[in-house]
Amino acid sequence: MNPKLKRILPKVQKPARYTGGEYNEIIKDKNAVSLRMAFCFPDTYEIGMSNVGMRILYGTMNSMPNVWCERVFAPWSDMEEEMRKASLPLYALESGDPISEFDAIGFSIGYEMAYTTVLNMLDMGGIPLRSKDRKSLLPLVFCGGTSCCNSEPMAPFMDVMLVGEGEEMDNELLELLIRAKEEAWSKEAFLLEAAKIEGVYVPSLYEPVYNADGTLAEMRRLEGAPEKVTKRIVKNFDESYFPTNQIVPSTEIVHDRVNLELFRGCIRGCRFCQAGHIYRPVRTRNYERLVKQGIESLENTGYQEVTLSSLSSSDYPGLEALCDGLQDYCVPRSIGLALPSLRADNFSMDLMQKVQRVRKSGLTFAPEAGSQRLRDAINKNVRHEDLMETCKVAFSGGWNNIKLYFMLGLPTETDEDVLAIADMAKSVVWMWRQHSTNKDRGVRITVSTSCFIPKPHSPFQWEAQVSPEEYLRKVKLLREHMTAKNVTYNWHDAETSVIEAVLSRGDRRIADVIEEVWRSGARLEAWSDFFDYKRWTDALEKCGVDPAFYTTREREKDEILPWDHIDMGVRKAHFWREREKAYAAELSPDCSVKCSGCGANKLTGGVCNE
Amino acid sequence: MSKLRLRFAKKGKAVYISHLDLMRTMQRVFLRAGYPLKYSEGFNPHAQISILLPLSVGCSSSCELMDFQLTADAELKEMPEKLSAAMPEGIEALEVYEAERKVKELKWLDISGRFEYDERPLEEMAEALREFFSAESIVIEKKTKRGMGQADIAPAIRAISFEAGEGCVALRAVISAQEPTLNPEHLVSALRQKAEGIAPDFAEFERLEIFDENMEIFR
Repeated sequence: MNPKLKRILPKVQKPARYTGGEYNEIIKDKNAVSLRMAFCFPDTYEIGMSNVGMRILYGTMNSMPNVWCERVFAPWSDMEEEMRKASLPLYALESGDPISEFDAIGFSIGYEMAYTTVLNMLDMGGIPLRSKDRKSLLPLVFCGGTSCCNSEPMAPFMDVMLVGEGEEMDNELLELLIRAKEEAWSKEAFLLEAAKIEGVYVPSLYEPVYNADGTLAEMRRLEGAPEKVTKRIVKNFDESYFPTNQIVPSTEIVHDRVNLELFRGCIRGCRFCQAGHIYRPVRTRNYERLVKQGIESLENTGYQEVTLSSLSSSDYPGLEALCDGLQDYCVPRSIGLALPSLRADNFSMDLMQKVQRVRKSGLTFAPEAGSQRLRDAINKNVRHEDLMETCKVAFSGGWNNIKLYFMLGLPTETDEDVLAIADMAKSVVWMWRQHSTNKDRGVRITVSTSCFIPKPHSPFQWEAQVSPEEYLRKVKLLREHMTAKNVTYNWHDAETSVIEAVLSRGDRRIADVIEEVWRSGARLEAWSDFFDYKRWTDALEKCGVDPAFYTTREREKDEILPWDHIDMGVRKAHFWREREKAYAAELSPDCSVKCSGCGANKLTGGVCNE
Repeated sequence: MSKLRLRFAKKGKAVYISHLDLMRTMQRVFLRAGYPLKYSEGFNPHAQISILLPLSVGCSSSCELMDFQLTADAELKEMPEKLSAAMPEGIEALEVYEAERKVKELKWLDISGRFEYDERPLEEMAEALREFFSAESIVIEKKTKRGMGQADIAPAIRAISFEAGEGCVALRAVISAQEPTLNPEHLVSALRQKAEGIAPDFAEFERLEIFDENMEIFR
């Protein structure tokens, strides 16, 4: 171990997250591989190691015999301080080598608030932040993950951005990089060649041109740039790679359990939801394969809990068979089965009892809006009766802890819609009084609201976000009416939502703001410990950027949006159609009922929702 | 089945695994190796394992003991190899046997240590350390359950020696494992409090062996 590191570790909190050496970690001979990849997650070890995508891609990249992919996480502030004091650069966990010695540095960016951490990690590794300041081919700095669906805010920092699922694309990019390294290509030559790989976006091949009013006039393409970059997907998800020999951290992480991925995509099409659109088309994994993967993972890791994860797990067609298959293995071994992402409409007593057989946790539902009219407008196909029925089932089954999530500031929302949230909470308490089997234990209903953030590649991508003042007015209104006993009301702060909104629909000019905020000390901002609104407003001002242009401004139908050249599969025309239906409070059926022709099936050659 | 005892080493990267995390890790190690640990009854069942002498984060050891029970018969001789294969880097199972002696019979610890000095002569330091620790009483400020308190650590040191070695002053000592417990780190805090000039820039320790009160090896 590095002697500097050895002296630092006793001084910091939870040092085990900085050492590597966990069970199932992959060690290769660095002199025997052609390419070394530093796989960076712009958040702490505990968060990054809980990320299923990270675990999958760690496996797929290491499946290449000539590539050694190692993990890099963001240090907590105490560790960062010690590392900077000792001039210890950011290093990868497996080898302990500084990331500047790697051929490729790839970030997985799943949320906007991680942007400043990406810059901080590059800086701690001694890597110039901007692509244009890195003249040589190596190390290549790239990123993938959900936030690449609007690539522009981070574009100047990245040599390459990967749009879509990485299982195949990452390996293709690395193979090309090996060739380029061996044949000593220039960075420019490599980037032109990389742009030909499906899903690869090379930001330096595009130049935004703005109108006088600040909107985009065009994304000017340089020679060799494809008109659109189309999202890459794994066509055969059923048989695609899944890591059943995942690393078992020696210190506790957030999701410290086996995580099975039931399907990708979501059949629902809720209009506020980005994930429900950008992961289309829906592709499922066979339940027998899932049972096998679950058992194998449990045996290889020694984990005592398995969770079924997907955007809406209860929409999985073989859910009962899957639960039965897993429970046959889990129950005799006291292994817990958790089932998040439930919907309130198709939740059954039977299923609930299956999950409950070993351990009973709280139930969480996200009706998103309080009134039926607004739920119809956002296409959240949950009826009041469904939720009440679910609560009845849950309370008579002995549950007494229910969490309900809502958004405030949704398009078309009125005060009446806001107050309907309080009414819904009251009805839930009433259901508990009627149906609880054990009233002595009491009931805990938690209502949480967050401020709606319009997202790219969703039907609400043109919408204005409500101002923070208006959001807080709605919070206050709701608080005054949340009179039911046993109901706890939590609300997210307004400030984070403003910044998230700027970043999520930002254009390339936002990059300067991100860099400025980082320079003034921002990092790990997904943690409320570190988020500082003033730092952002100062940076916005300094860079001459008006946040309202990105947040409270409604976009025109024909406005060129900064993410229009990134094709996530679903057509812009579909989004507009859905938006119009929202204003008419008209529902769209889910994909299992009727195809709405969103366009995503072109990615699988016309087949969808198998 | 009877109570079993595992002797294991915890070194290298594994020294940073905390006691609680080690308990969790051990449960998983046994599951991976295919040995069913006995669980407690009740609402929230947990494996009945106990580590005899919890080790501080950062300290190495080649003599850790952990008691456990299995719900099925196992060939004890082959257990260390199978367990080791399921352990994270730095932890190694050395021996599994039926536990006979009681924890409270455990009394002394043989430890080694490295005291690193970046800019001070090692020979001089070694001499001064020998001098310092030969005192009959070394009273230090120590955190207790009720805030700061005072304790004399000298009676908890049965033997101690310092030799200038390669890049460090090498410590070897026999210290009290329990009643009172002397954490090797207290040797360094004693220096910081009473003889700052010879306090090392960095120190690390390793537990080498455990003894009963008659200095017989404890198993």
